[in-house]
Amino acid sequence: MVTLRRSLLAAILALAAFPTSAQERAITVASTTSTEQSGLFGHILPLFTEAAGIRVRVVALGTGQALDVGRRGDADVVFVHDRAAEERFVAEGFGGPRHPVMYNDFVLVGPAADPARIAGARDVAEALRRVASARAGFISRGDRSGTHAAELRLWREVGLDPVQGRGQWYREIGQSMGPALNAAAAQGAYVLADRGTWLSFRNRQDLRVLAEGDERLFNQYGVMVVSAARHPHVNAEGARRFVEWLVSPVGQAAIASYRINGEQLFFPNAPQPEPARPS
Amino acid sequence: MGDLHAAITAALGLILAVDPAVMAIVGLSLRVSLSAVLIAALVGLPLGALLAVTRFPGRQSAIVALNALMGLPPVVAGLLIYLLLSRSGPLGPLGLLFTPTAMVIAQAVLIAPILAALTREALSGLWEEYAEQLRSFGAGPLRAVPTLLWDGRFALLTVLLAGFGRASAEVGAVMIVGGNIEGFTRVMTTAIALETSKGDLPLALALGLVLMAIVVAVNALAQALRGAASRWAG
Amino acid sequence: MRAPDTILPLLVEALRFAAGGVEILHGVSFSIEAGQPTVVIGPNGAGKSVLLRLLHGLLPPGGGAVRWAAAPDRAAARQAMVFQRPVLLRRSVAANVAYPLALAGIAPRERARRAEEALDLVGLAALAERPARRLSGGEQQRLALARAAALRPEVLFLDEPCASLDPSATRTVEEIVAALARRGTKIVMTTHDIGQARRLAGEVIFLHRGRVLEHAPAPRFFAAPEAPEAAAFLQGDLVW
Ligand SMILES: Nc1ncnc2c1ncn2[C@@H]1O[C@H](COP(=O)(O)OP(=O)(O)O)[C@@H](O)[C@H]1O
Ligand SMILES: [Mg+2]
Repeated sequence: MVTLRRSLLAAILALAAFPTSAQERAITVASTTSTEQSGLFGHILPLFTEAAGIRVRVVALGTGQALDVGRRGDADVVFVHDRAAEERFVAEGFGGPRHPVMYNDFVLVGPAADPARIAGARDVAEALRRVASARAGFISRGDRSGTHAAELRLWREVGLDPVQGRGQWYREIGQSMGPALNAAAAQGAYVLADRGTWLSFRNRQDLRVLAEGDERLFNQYGVMVVSAARHPHVNAEGARRFVEWLVSPVGQAAIASYRINGEQLFFPNAPQPEPARPS
Repeated sequence: MGDLHAAITAALGLILAVDPAVMAIVGLSLRVSLSAVLIAALVGLPLGALLAVTRFPGRQSAIVALNALMGLPPVVAGLLIYLLLSRSGPLGPLGLLFTPTAMVIAQAVLIAPILAALTREALSGLWEEYAEQLRSFGAGPLRAVPTLLWDGRFALLTVLLAGFGRASAEVGAVMIVGGNIEGFTRVMTTAIALETSKGDLPLALALGLVLMAIVVAVNALAQALRGAASRWAG
Repeated sequence: MRAPDTILPLLVEALRFAAGGVEILHGVSFSIEAGQPTVVIGPNGAGKSVLLRLLHGLLPPGGGAVRWAAAPDRAAARQAMVFQRPVLLRRSVAANVAYPLALAGIAPRERARRAEEALDLVGLAALAERPARRLSGGEQQRLALARAAALRPEVLFLDEPCASLDPSATRTVEEIVAALARRGTKIVMTTHDIGQARRLAGEVIFLHRGRVLEHAPAPRFFAAPEAPEAAAFLQGDLVW
């Protein structure tokens, strides 16, 4: 009886104890679903860990939420794609400086039947105008993500307030990119997606890329170290090394080498130090 | 139909191939949920037993509150624990957010009221039977609590299994407080949510089938134990 | 000479009890001394079980008093009760006997010794490790007796200890009760079985519709009951 109780106790303790060592050797990165779900992190993080001996734990959220996680001090690095929001984050003193890392682009995706007749449009504003005037179904992320911010910026540029159509043709779902694509596929609706998630998305059904290539669909990613002055517990050293690696030639090459079906998803564009010019 | 078939094939593949990444996720799911059940049981079982044996003013309100807590949406529980454990929250210095421990806490908070309510229900019949005899022995309600917990152990096993089922099926709270970090806090349910949002519905469904197989296996094991032991105890 | 720590005699004064607006005991008074078994007899529904519960302190009196010759907690610690339907814990036979001993603060070694002795007394020693709730009805009642006896109470209340037993099990239980009485335990028991009362009683309390109609030494009561209801009951004419 006593031995039974003792071994039960031991089992409880073993079960409840989770390894906490290697804590200093890890950093937490608040990032976006687009970078995580596209598989980019799965490709580049093992390379960084191998080089630096630092594990990277990625919490994938919308850009707005990821920045909030950084503000609260719950991550060491924030890696997102909404320049205006990122600059606000830096200006408020929560972290920085902001380093541009890479870009890809957004694509306007919709059903093959294309009820709003936007296929092939180079002018994304014109495409959105047609979606609105056809009152064709449109899925909005509605989650303060970088993609959501980009979508709202585009509507403003068109001079339309889609919120008027909310609940009818304009549907805010408040979820990440994948669920938004699932919803568009299920409802035969249009949706703005980042190309990375789109390329790795499996449940396309009859969704197609209908409009792309407009320079307004440019999607820049930036990275920032969370301020150790605000949050003394952050792993500042690990965070700094991660950011330095990302913008270094090695990190940039790692990003460039990630491909799905031969197609490159992200294009590194961190400013490189000027090569020393012979004078 | 095709998707379902693909899912079943994929599920079998996942189980048979003993994919290390999947096994790690399964292992973490089991550890998190079993730990949560243990911790919730340490609170919920005595609390439920106490509610079964005591009569005090406000007891009815306590039971109503407990039943309401049973319906606490996991996302709400997750959010509350997120705010508590966040570095900017009162328990921030512990550094527990986005760790398996945070997930254990969230699940324990979710299922403790369930365990307490089910325990109260399971033990009140036993208490009806025992009350007079225990009083004759000079045992008051407080002393009756451990007696009822022990003598009701077979019924309580079912209660624990209900808690385990709910814990291991839960996704909202662990997603928020664990962060679904690959190789660290990713469990079956958050992996399923992730694959769903990546549009890989067959893989998501296959993981779901694996999860169900685990829950069924744990239940079968526990029921077999219970059967053997209760045949003994009568 | 009375032992200095005795809780007897028990004085019952104008004891009343009502439940659900119905008066069940209408103010009964009597006293119980140490000695041979006191048997409460009376037809079904007379109030015997309620009376025993009041004496044992399981029900609060609705009026009147139950007075022991000792302080209440001492009195409570020196008495035990076996119920009409034995309430056995879902544990082994031995663990059932040990349970109240542990509550009484008796050390584990002494507990085991007493449990063994009590199980010997009721002839269940061989079944000590068996689950209690798997025993037959007669064995269960004997276990309940052993459990109470192991506490070495001064007063042992038994409520219809043989109500649902066959004749041979009844005989065994009666032998155990008689043995306990010989060892000096004061037995206070109820029965509606006149034969059992004749075999065991030192004195009889005849309870009828919540009133004590007669309280007399057993030989006198059975030879010449004073109350007409008691006479009718003894002849088997009084059903309730
Ligand atoms: N808790 C109770 N509430 C209401 N009536 C009760 C209660 N307990 C006993 N009675 C009633 O009191 C009467 C005496 O019951 P009891 O003492 O069990 O009789 P018996 O002499 O057969 O043991 C019966 O009419 C019974 O129905
Ligand atoms: Mg009775």
